[in-house]
Amino acid sequence: MAGFEKLTSNAVPLDSANVDTDQIIPKQFLTAVTRAGFGKHLFHDWRYLDLHEQEPNPEFVLNKPQHQGAEILLARENFGCGSSREHAPWSLTDYGFKAIIANSFADIFYGNCMNNQLLPIALSSEQMDAIFSAVESDANTQICVDLKQQTVTCGDATFNFEIAEHHKHNMILGLDTIGQTMQSGDAIDQYETTISDWYQ
Amino acid sequence: MAQTMYEKIWQRHLVDQIGEDVLLYIDRHLIHEVTSPQAFSGLQEKGRKVRRPDKTFATMDHSISTRSLAIDACGPANQLQLQTLMKNCEENNIQLFPIGHEKQGIVHVIGPELGLILPGMTVVCGDSHTATHGAFGALAFGIGTSQVEHVLATQTLKQGKAKTMLVNVSGKLANGVTAKDIILAIIGKIGHAGATGYVIEYAGSAIEALSMEERMTICNMSIEAGAKAGLVAPDQTTFDYIEGREFAPTGETWEKAVEDWKTLVSDANAEFDTVVELNGNDIAPQVTWGTNPGQVAAIDQTVPSPTDFNDHVEQGSAEKALTYMDLQPGQAISDITVNNVFIGSCTNSRIEDLRSAAAIAKQGKVADNVTAIVVPGSAKVKLQAEQEQLDKIFIEAGFEWRLPGCSMCLGMNDDILKPGDRCASTSNRNFEGRQGRGARTHLVSPAMAAAAALNGRFVDVRKFEDA
Repeated sequence: MAGFEKLTSNAVPLDSANVDTDQIIPKQFLTAVTRAGFGKHLFHDWRYLDLHEQEPNPEFVLNKPQHQGAEILLARENFGCGSSREHAPWSLTDYGFKAIIANSFADIFYGNCMNNQLLPIALSSEQMDAIFSAVESDANTQICVDLKQQTVTCGDATFNFEIAEHHKHNMILGLDTIGQTMQSGDAIDQYETTISDWYQ
Repeated sequence: MAQTMYEKIWQRHLVDQIGEDVLLYIDRHLIHEVTSPQAFSGLQEKGRKVRRPDKTFATMDHSISTRSLAIDACGPANQLQLQTLMKNCEENNIQLFPIGHEKQGIVHVIGPELGLILPGMTVVCGDSHTATHGAFGALAFGIGTSQVEHVLATQTLKQGKAKTMLVNVSGKLANGVTAKDIILAIIGKIGHAGATGYVIEYAGSAIEALSMEERMTICNMSIEAGAKAGLVAPDQTTFDYIEGREFAPTGETWEKAVEDWKTLVSDANAEFDTVVELNGNDIAPQVTWGTNPGQVAAIDQTVPSPTDFNDHVEQGSAEKALTYMDLQPGQAISDITVNNVFIGSCTNSRIEDLRSAAAIAKQGKVADNVTAIVVPGSAKVKLQAEQEQLDKIFIEAGFEWRLPGCSMCLGMNDDILKPGDRCASTSNRNFEGRQGRGARTHLVSPAMAAAAALNGRFVDVRKFEDA
């Protein structure tokens, strides 16, 4: 996968807490057996007025003309709660998002993003309020994410964010984590000789 | 140093250290049709093999019909997904329990039922309700498809250590109050994201008194509080449940295993990052009123007003939820009417759940305007229920008796609600559109769901005989 270093883009301000994975990608789209093509179903129930995705809901923020082409999604507390479906990050990346900046994330979703080169960034409530207000008053506000420096810049303000070292490393290089783990093959072989009989 | 149960299991599974994170060995990997196909195709693209097919078990549960055993009963997309699972299991030598098999069922029902889950294990599955298996004192959590692929290839996962939370439930439950009410009360207290970043250990007299099936109901919904996993210390109740099950150890190995499992419990002076206290005597039957499981009230309470919440996020969520749910602040919970009832899901579809619902169902008939379905969690549960003639009680009372699967918990088959439908459901999520676009879900216990079916509205199950 391509690496991630810096991103500058406008953003879609989705001002809702507890956006769950059923909202991000509803169950009727989970029958697919490939990873491709989920973007058109992203936020289906909110985004379309009909079941066949013919009538976009003009009120929904993703459909507003001023937010088209954005590669950053802004959200609120506990984004991605609910099911472990990786179809959620697949639908976000397929739509074109490369980073999500929110007050907080659910654990499984956060890990799933990392495995799909979709950068989840958690900032404080005050920092999120500042970014939401900048984007809501001017949709063309450019937000700059610098993963190496671990910063988000919006207008004159620059905020630092936390990320685990290995996540950062893998995200920057776009590494294959399974390939990395396979380098620990000897350690896995060794561990397997120590497993108790009752777990065999 | 004194350790919690989580720390002990963690320590036992360390394979390698990678920076701040570790490589954790996985003892049991459960898979199903929805979250595995892309993992297998990922392996194939890279020419990788399944490292330990003997530690991997598969079932069909999410995408299947509960009316027909035909693989094409839910249309070509579902059929392809099921066939893909069959092909992947066959090519990789993984044991599969397909539709119609005597061991088929919801992944989190069959794992314990077959003795595949043992104390001290690490258990993963591409499903957030994997936390269910923590009831056995196993560290069990849901993973995404990339991680499913990682486990298939390496039998390990890279993990960071979680914080620890002790939820202590003292006292004794009143008649008619169940494990479902305990976990809903806990989530109501700590909030829908209250345990994000934590592994919860449930303890206290009210937890110790629970059966294994009840403990599974509690651990199942740990994710609904945001937790990575939920744990209950293994004890005699645990050992009695496992002993003699198909995949459980036997003879001398069993004796040695039990001795080992007794050492897994948290040390007396172990420290938790957070401690939460509840009194079981105070818990009443619970009903969710909102669109996340933390938005819950007791049956004898009223729907809250957004202004009852101090936190502005909670206020906003409550406002949005009341609009979606079409409820008014101050409305009595017992005045909410329903036109659908679903008894099933990995939370509440085991034999004890069905017995508890049947004890209420036999006291009346399903109300005229209500459609009620009972979906056993597995083929074994279905068989057991039929041997006890519970199916007859349900059918006579006007419930539909279905084939095992995930069914209306998430509606990946044709068990979906219409816009505006209102459902008393024994499942785990009341999210917007979860059971069908525009449909409204209220989470309750099996007994409360059965009582709602008979009355067409929520009633206090404590008023029934044998509740």
